[in-house]
Amino acid sequence: MNELITALAQVAHLFVEDGALALTILGVVILAALFAFGLPDHPLVAGAILLAGCLAALITNVVRARRGPRSA
Amino acid sequence: MSWTVTAPAVFSAFLSSLVEAVEALTIVLAVGTVRGWRPAGLGTLAGLIVLVLIVLALGPLLDRVPLDLLQLAIGILLLLFGMRWLRKAILRAAGIIARHDETLAYASETAQLRAQASPLRAQLDWVAALASFKAVLLEGLEVVFIVIAVGAGRGLIVPASLGAIAACLLVAAAGLAVHRPLTRVPENTLKFAVGVMLSAFGVFWIGEGLGVAWPGADLAIVAFAGLFLAVGLAGVGLARQPHREALQ
Repeated sequence: MNELITALAQVAHLFVEDGALALTILGVVILAALFAFGLPDHPLVAGAILLAGCLAALITNVVRARRGPRSA
Repeated sequence: MSWTVTAPAVFSAFLSSLVEAVEALTIVLAVGTVRGWRPAGLGTLAGLIVLVLIVLALGPLLDRVPLDLLQLAIGILLLLFGMRWLRKAILRAAGIIARHDETLAYASETAQLRAQASPLRAQLDWVAALASFKAVLLEGLEVVFIVIAVGAGRGLIVPASLGAIAACLLVAAAGLAVHRPLTRVPENTLKFAVGVMLSAFGVFWIGEGLGVAWPGADLAIVAFAGLFLAVGLAGVGLARQPHREALQ
């Protein structure tokens, strides 16, 4: 059982290493989805939010990691 | 089929598989050196068989999922996966976290395998085979995921698989030739490049899944990759700068 839990945790680790980054990405995707469904005539707004949000999430996370303890 | 989509898909699958295959090879070599080549080979073979079964089981299921839902789901996983690699590569390039060292990984794995030595010969073989099996399965799962992620939805599973197989064969041949971990592979640079490509594919697929008609269609992937690369390099520069509070 423990082996199975360890294996599942390792599979989950493939996608999520830094919880804050993963949550931010999911937040950006949800926001983009809301705009895509709310403004169906302007789908590029959702696309721009998605792209800019992901780039901003990455740079913010890296800067935050630099400020944190040196064990990211 | 457009080369602007096919080439990045094959390239991403090849590069990411190269990284994963090198990591798997390090553990298989450690098992083979310390506990014998038979359990190492058996574990590797079992891992490959399970991977083939997973691919055979998942393949037909993918055809049944609506395309936009598939693009959205795979795009999200791809973005999580790609940005995880990109973040780590940025932090490693900036010296915030230690670089992955295959020599160190090899030494750690061999020490662990020696410590697990038991007087029971049969048990020794199982422990060793399991270590090989887990390495091949886990690293292989990443390869399978990347191949499905960059290939599904656009009929690129075969070209992406060929890229992944070519990388695995290349690493296996190099491993057989040198019989020691491949330390000269610029792993962090590869991870940086793959992180950029997978993140670009992720944004593209999520947008497609949400009904976004990207300007330039498939060419948008190249533009996104350029943006992720620029931001990634800027991230390395920002992370390398001495912390202002530390200077005060």
